[in-house]
Amino acid sequence: MGFANTLRLALRALARNKMRSLLTMLGIIIGVGAVIATVSIGSGAEYLIQQGIQSMGTNAVFISSGSSRPGGLRMGSWAVKTLTMDDMNAVLREVPLIKEAAPMVVRRSQVVYQNANWSTTIQGTTPNYFPIRTWAANSGATFGDQEVDSAANVAVLGSTVAQYLFAGEDPVGKTIRIGTLPFQVIGVLESKGQSVMGTDQDDVIFAPYTTVQRKIAGITWIQFINASAVSPEASVAAVAQVRSLLRERHRVRPGEDEDFTVRTQSDVADLASATQRLMTMLLGSVASVSLLVGGIGIMNIMLVSVTERTREIGLRMAVGATEASVKNQFLIEAVTLSMAGGLIGIVAGVAGSAAISSLLAWPTLISAKSILAAAAFAAGVGVFFGYYPALKAAQLDPIEALRYE
Amino acid sequence: MTENPLNPLKAPVAAEAARADSRPVKTPGALAGAAPGPASSVDKAVIRLEGLHKTYHLGETEVFALRGVSLEIFAGEFVAVMGSSGSGKSTLMNILGCLDKPTRGHYFLEDVEVSGYSKAQLAGLRNRKIGFVFQQFNLLSRTSALENVELPTVYAGLPVEEREKRARESLALVGLADRAEHHPSQLSGGQQQRVAIARALVNRPSIVLADEPTGNLDSRTSVEIMDIFQKLNTDHGITVVLVTHEQDIAQYAKRIMEFRDGRMRRDVAVTGRLFASEVLPTLPTLEEENKEDNVQASPNLGNRS
Ligand SMILES: Nc1ncnc2c1ncn2[C@@H]1O[C@H](COP(=O)(O)OP(=O)(O)OP(=O)(O)O)[C@@H](O)[C@H]1O
Ligand SMILES: [Mg+2]
Repeated sequence: MGFANTLRLALRALARNKMRSLLTMLGIIIGVGAVIATVSIGSGAEYLIQQGIQSMGTNAVFISSGSSRPGGLRMGSWAVKTLTMDDMNAVLREVPLIKEAAPMVVRRSQVVYQNANWSTTIQGTTPNYFPIRTWAANSGATFGDQEVDSAANVAVLGSTVAQYLFAGEDPVGKTIRIGTLPFQVIGVLESKGQSVMGTDQDDVIFAPYTTVQRKIAGITWIQFINASAVSPEASVAAVAQVRSLLRERHRVRPGEDEDFTVRTQSDVADLASATQRLMTMLLGSVASVSLLVGGIGIMNIMLVSVTERTREIGLRMAVGATEASVKNQFLIEAVTLSMAGGLIGIVAGVAGSAAISSLLAWPTLISAKSILAAAAFAAGVGVFFGYYPALKAAQLDPIEALRYE
Repeated sequence: MTENPLNPLKAPVAAEAARADSRPVKTPGALAGAAPGPASSVDKAVIRLEGLHKTYHLGETEVFALRGVSLEIFAGEFVAVMGSSGSGKSTLMNILGCLDKPTRGHYFLEDVEVSGYSKAQLAGLRNRKIGFVFQQFNLLSRTSALENVELPTVYAGLPVEEREKRARESLALVGLADRAEHHPSQLSGGQQQRVAIARALVNRPSIVLADEPTGNLDSRTSVEIMDIFQKLNTDHGITVVLVTHEQDIAQYAKRIMEFRDGRMRRDVAVTGRLFASEVLPTLPTLEEENKEDNVQASPNLGNRS
């Protein structure tokens, strides 16, 4: 029996029990739809990250305290006290490929203005941090070397903090409280929006690192160094030089783990991308469990169908159907079910990610690859889970099947 | 079937002889039709069984359904297989119909030994060489008469137009040309059995096997069905083997084989053969009887879903 015939037969058998067919397909529909939606959202996130890297330039070099193992696991940078201002000055002095550097000391704290209350990160740094990140004050100004030297209680607000604490009032010149200390607001930064990792970059207060070290954190070391290489091409070589310098300064013996981490901007971005991809894969595989469940549903219904149609099968065999044609008939029926579910699932997934993209203003990328993969997977599920019932049908004995009540 | 409506017309032997002579003979030289019963060995047998055994195993016990059956059936014969319940008639028919394989012995179908055929090969024989008619009609419900009849042609791989053409011809042959689009539930029992016969004929087999084809039908309808079988046998030279419990039905055949305990006990030519075309006009029609068709509802396929 030809393929066209078998397909027609399958479609008719499925059309006969529309509700049942639809319910059977539901698992596949949900599975395929969810896989396509999650993958498209994940791809959108990755696209955002890549875009972020390009806008940030690729000559940035990050040095942080704490080691990073090859697996990418960062060992508590908060606890490691090894990175100091002397390290930073040594880098600036002895690594010619590093053009600039700014320290970073970070603490979370409660911030109060009158009866407005906000929790944010306080980042201590030096004045050159702002030009490195091409970040300027919208109103007022950023602090200078003099405020750093004197560990002055001055604060530069990110726009989110300014908005929450002051609600339209001009913050410049006002006094806020960080923890228990009064700080004078000397400037408000222009808005930077979300970072590549999806955090709000404007939810921050900058202060001289000396102030944060001594008055807020009570420490003498620094946590990060934001450096920049002389050119994007030089950044990889710069990382190597910084590493060997710091190994020497920290007396890390050959073969020993470093107590610091040096990365280029693109390392960071790659890490972010890899993390994002892992996340997407994880979500995708959770979604594909639904495909598996859908497959089991198909198997169940096909087994029921074989039992119900025992006499029909017997008759078909009696008039000349071979085992192979009976098997194909049921296999094609199962694959038709799963493929139809797959197609509806693709439509649902595409529509779903379009809805997410317009509702959450989040870019989604639907790749032909993921659609093809979903369709192939759906067909595969049909074949895999349809095979056993089809085999059962084909192995019926025609005489017994005809006698079946 | 209490009163026998056939009494007034025991067909005269002369009439039978006349008909037999005018019957087109399929195999040249085969005189089986003219001389029913055990035939001379020079004739070409369409069906030849030699020492056929069929044993069923039910756990520890063995059921000897057929114990050494040897017989020959020639082209153009019309054989009625009789015997009490459990005598092995259906077992025999299933083997003849290539639905089952013998445990021991030989089955020659048109001189070809088929006992050793594979399942796929047997399916091919069922499709092309043999038409099978069941007691339970076994039509696919929710499928038109035409499509039911077409079914074997689908497995024969015929092109679509040819399929429909043959199915319509087949339906015309059993007098149901005007019911092609009807579904089984819209047909009487007799009509359903005629659709089933049309299905058995559609691939133009040389043999039609029928296991109690009239078992679910009332007496008049049974005679109508026998009329069709006789026409197929006489006008188209198709070899017919049918199982029946009723002597009156067997009287329409040319030869009767009687089975008991898995063996053929009697093999005789029919004397006083009946002709349905002559009997039918003498039978009361439905209107005359003024009562319902007593066709028993038969389970058709797929009704349960
Ligand atoms: N599948 C089977 N398994 C076991 N025994 C079987 C099987 N089919 C038939 N038999 C046995 O074989 C014997 C012959 O059965 P068969 O169906 O051929 O009888 P039959 O002559 O057609 O009877 P009936 O007139 O009632 O239809 C019986 O004893 C029956 O019980
Ligand atoms: Mg029987």
